Amino acid sequence: MAGLSLDLIALQLFAGLALGAIYVLFAIGLSLIFGMLTVVNFAHGAFYMVGAYAGLYILMLGGNFWICLLAVPLAVGLFGMLVERFLIRRLYGRGIDYPLLLTFGLSYVMVELVRLAFGKTGYPFDTPDLLQGAVNIGVGYFPLYRLFVIGATAAVLLGLWLFLEKTSFGLIIRAGARDPQIVRVLGVDISNVWLIVFGIGTAIAGFAGLLAAPLQGVIPEMGSTILAEAFVVTVVGGMGSIGGAVLAGLLVGIVVSMSSLFAPEMAKVSIFALMAIVLIVRPQGFFGRAGLMS
Amino acid sequence: MLQVANLNAWYGASHVLQDVSIEVAKGEIVCLIGRNGAGKTTTLKSIMGLMDRTRGSVIFKGKELLNLPAHLRFALGLAYVPEERRIVQGLSVRENLRLGLVASPEKRHELQLIEDTAKIFPRLAERLDQEAVTMSGGEQQMLAIARAVIAKPDLIMLDEPSEGIMPVLVDEMFELFLAMKAQGTTVLLVEQNVELALEIADRAYVMDQGAVVHQSSARELLADDEVKERYCSV
Repeated sequence: MAGLSLDLIALQLFAGLALGAIYVLFAIGLSLIFGMLTVVNFAHGAFYMVGAYAGLYILMLGGNFWICLLAVPLAVGLFGMLVERFLIRRLYGRGIDYPLLLTFGLSYVMVELVRLAFGKTGYPFDTPDLLQGAVNIGVGYFPLYRLFVIGATAAVLLGLWLFLEKTSFGLIIRAGARDPQIVRVLGVDISNVWLIVFGIGTAIAGFAGLLAAPLQGVIPEMGSTILAEAFVVTVVGGMGSIGGAVLAGLLVGIVVSMSSLFAPEMAKVSIFALMAIVLIVRPQGFFGRAGLMS
Repeated sequence: MLQVANLNAWYGASHVLQDVSIEVAKGEIVCLIGRNGAGKTTTLKSIMGLMDRTRGSVIFKGKELLNLPAHLRFALGLAYVPEERRIVQGLSVRENLRLGLVASPEKRHELQLIEDTAKIFPRLAERLDQEAVTMSGGEQQMLAIARAVIAKPDLIMLDEPSEGIMPVLVDEMFELFLAMKAQGTTVLLVEQNVELALEIADRAYVMDQGAVVHQSSARELLADDEVKERYCSV
């Protein structure tokens, strides 16, 4: 352990936050969709991957990263809405396993289509010029792009919070997640709400994939790794809870980051150990409602 | 205002409503009584569009509703307060009231309407920013009614509003129904508290085993101990 200064630990903590930020974005979409539609979206990782490839495609066409930041979530969200409207919608009222199987299968189709279009090997994804380099954050030099990821995540969270808490549509979403029938008898076409929520959730997943691309490059399988990790985040945070997804996402990011500093060989296992501990101590997760799946 | 004719409804394979016919004229309070399981709740749910399978006819303000989804029935001026109030957890009293307006053209007068509603429901006025589910059962029922009437429906259907509520609040609530009637709102009421319901109602239908078995003016039924004994005693 010699040579591990406090500064290094602090830097590693920041790296954990940046990693956690991606988990947070991924998991809030998953949570939003589950909380509202009771659909466990197994294609969420595939939407994330499509976000990264959509960004890559825009760069290939000569666009820049800043265009991607806007265009990618829009495109992935629209694609998500098509999936909800024409595939998932047919399965409502048939139990939780039908949409689960559908999205599971869909994720394979999406990955295979991307392999056909872009090839099986991955691509590097350049960090945008403006965000290259590192800045001194007091405890040492930290990559500027990772700071940007943390900031962009905070901005998305703030926007989502304002949308849910301050707008009428947000009120409908919060109420509809608890009691869809009462929202219907108060005049709301709940199927439109589900469509839009699925669109928002997948748009955020696409955005997360884009943000992750410069950190790790893009490959067709990038979604399945994060899906497994996000599953941990959702279990730790509580299924369907957005606050839980945020807290647990950051925590998982920090646990991965810290364990790769102190015990690199344990890094992959550490989050599953965390999940096991949470499941023993608090089976419904930090903010979950007990018995939600029953 | 509302003409229900030969309405049938099913839960899965079981045929729970058989040829129910009910009429409610504008400005009336009509009450639907009968034992538990007689089909009263199912009748209201079918009128609101919450049953999967229905047949027959439900005409509201001259328009056939049977194939319309629930949210479009609301848009035509039909309101429904389900059993057990269904106050949304995690929302304040004010947010629950706003929820009553989200889909209504009256939404642009939201602040005014919440203020007006607070005057009619003084118990809610003091608690606008409290989390709604922390209120007493009676107050939650008041909120459920307020949420349903804030968008000014033409007809409001209430399912067992007095259930599990302190008598003093029940009286207050029934006064409110009379006030709503005086304002021109039509009321279709399902109630276990038969005597009280018949005192404020104009007409009544008695249901048993999924069918209407008796209908008369409320006053006649109030005096008819035999019918009440036969279909309403527990």
